[in-house]
Amino acid sequence: MTNPPVSSREYLKPPITEVGVIGWLRGNLFNSWYNSLLTVVVLILLWQLVPPFFRWAFIDSVWNTPAEACRDIDGACWSIIPRNISFILFGFFPDGEQWRPGLAMALMLGLVIFSRNRKHWKKSLGIYWSIGLIAMGTLMYGGVFGMQVVETARWSGLPLTFMLALFGMVAAYPLGVFLALGRQSRMPAIKTLCVVYIEMIRGVPLISLLFMSSVMFPLFLPEGVTIDKVLRAQVAIILFTAAYIAEVVRGGLQAMPRGQFEAADSIGLNYNQTMRLIILPQALKIVIPPSVGILLSAFKDTSLVVIIALYDVLKTTKVTLSNPKWTGYSTEAYIFLAVLYFICCYAMSNYSRKLEKELHTGR
Amino acid sequence: MNEIEQQAAVTPADRPIIEVKSMHKWYGDFHVLSDINLHVQLGERIVICGPSGSGKSTLIRCINRLEEHKRGQIIVNGTELTNDIKNIEKVRAEVGMVFQHFNLFPHLSIIDNLTLGPIWVRKTPKKEADEMAMMFLEKVHIAEQAKKFPGQLSGGQQQRVAIARSLCMKPKVMLFDEPTSALDPEMIKEVLDVMIDLAEEGMTMLVVTHEMGFAKSVADRVMFMDEGQIVEQNTPHVFFENPQHERTKLFLSQIL
Repeated sequence: MTNPPVSSREYLKPPITEVGVIGWLRGNLFNSWYNSLLTVVVLILLWQLVPPFFRWAFIDSVWNTPAEACRDIDGACWSIIPRNISFILFGFFPDGEQWRPGLAMALMLGLVIFSRNRKHWKKSLGIYWSIGLIAMGTLMYGGVFGMQVVETARWSGLPLTFMLALFGMVAAYPLGVFLALGRQSRMPAIKTLCVVYIEMIRGVPLISLLFMSSVMFPLFLPEGVTIDKVLRAQVAIILFTAAYIAEVVRGGLQAMPRGQFEAADSIGLNYNQTMRLIILPQALKIVIPPSVGILLSAFKDTSLVVIIALYDVLKTTKVTLSNPKWTGYSTEAYIFLAVLYFICCYAMSNYSRKLEKELHTGR
Repeated sequence: MNEIEQQAAVTPADRPIIEVKSMHKWYGDFHVLSDINLHVQLGERIVICGPSGSGKSTLIRCINRLEEHKRGQIIVNGTELTNDIKNIEKVRAEVGMVFQHFNLFPHLSIIDNLTLGPIWVRKTPKKEADEMAMMFLEKVHIAEQAKKFPGQLSGGQQQRVAIARSLCMKPKVMLFDEPTSALDPEMIKEVLDVMIDLAEEGMTMLVVTHEMGFAKSVADRVMFMDEGQIVEQNTPHVFFENPQHERTKLFLSQIL
């Protein structure tokens, strides 16, 4: 077969049924009889479900009324949210002081948003975070500048959720990386220690770790010594998440070609330099997707602290629902919570995809 | 003692830059290298050839301790390779290595690939390291790609970058482990040209390759290895025109 000379080559338009709206419909929705059937069934289902939901959520609903006004309507009673917002968000933090956790959260959010930009990943970022953390701690605990002292036991709602999640993730990640490196170590003692740690933690549910931290751990402490309950829960979450991170990172390390180690060796880099400059930057990039999966579930698992009587945002919502005035509007409250969690998780996974794209260097 | 070693003994240069004395290596039970003796003088260019599995790559990988020898001695630039990590790092800083598959660092730009060693091992200031890196990139005719990443370059370009990366460490010896074997045919020449330039500047080179043209025109000595032993070594002229051993003759008849 010979190709025709370039000059006589004629460029035809594809048939009208292959492009545009019709082409897309044919290609994606009606490309075979069973796909056509599925399309029709789904359309009918959507028609049955979406308009009634829309009506319930937006047309027949009330948005900011006393509980009594919700009794005789058919739609959603969103009023449960604004009328209880301060308890849902801040729980038992004293009334009148709630600007403090609010400000602390705003500060944290600001720092998180600032840290998203890779250009800001410098030494100064660490300084900003240190200052920010001290400020947040001061705002939450008080005791200075005429602020009333608020014990950690009263920290609750969204600040508690965010705190447990953020510190859980930030501390667990490096710990997990060290565990992964330790598991690959040639020194048998270190290797065994890491393997035992990882396998033990992974073999136990988070709930039992939380119980241990709250019930068993104090038994081992000498008389009179107490460690803050929130801190104990925080440590349990960190230890738990780190074990999972470690295994994911180990996968990334094993995916590194031998040639990378050899090239690093051949220019004379030592072990620390090789890991820090060559291996980890590549291995951690490979494992961004599974790591984010672990971090997301760590974020959502913070709601398990309810079993050791800490009031995270899920628990404060449940407490609100147990108020006789508002019982019966759980659908609305849980939808609100779901949206709240979704926004946070979506922001995280969205950012991870952006990061992956930025770090892609063509191979 | 064969002819070449006698010659080496009378050369005025003092101590050889590389000395390998009755060195053996095993992979498990398999005896990969057997009684290897090799002296390399500063400025010498040696081509090592032989069938695959003959241990030639293993030999040069032992010289910068990517592989560990089990018996005998390897002394590079006066430092003996032992388990002492200090000595190993000292030798590696003096010996450059070019790999078959380039092994550039894909997450770093070309210029960062080059400056990594000087900055972290030699403690060269960044600015100075950048200037030196650009100089070597120019030397391998690829300066305009400095800001790109390895994945955006062709195989030949990547291999030239890899050579420049080794040169940035100012090595006394360069080891080449089949530098052109993973390249498309039309890219082999650009890499060989760079290697020829290097040879002409007097770099001490140990090259494992099947490029016999390169061996003929550049090498001071051609070594033939088979089954983990150095079978024959001689000047290229004698080696190609008048090989002594049957195995060498057979090998040459197969590849030429």
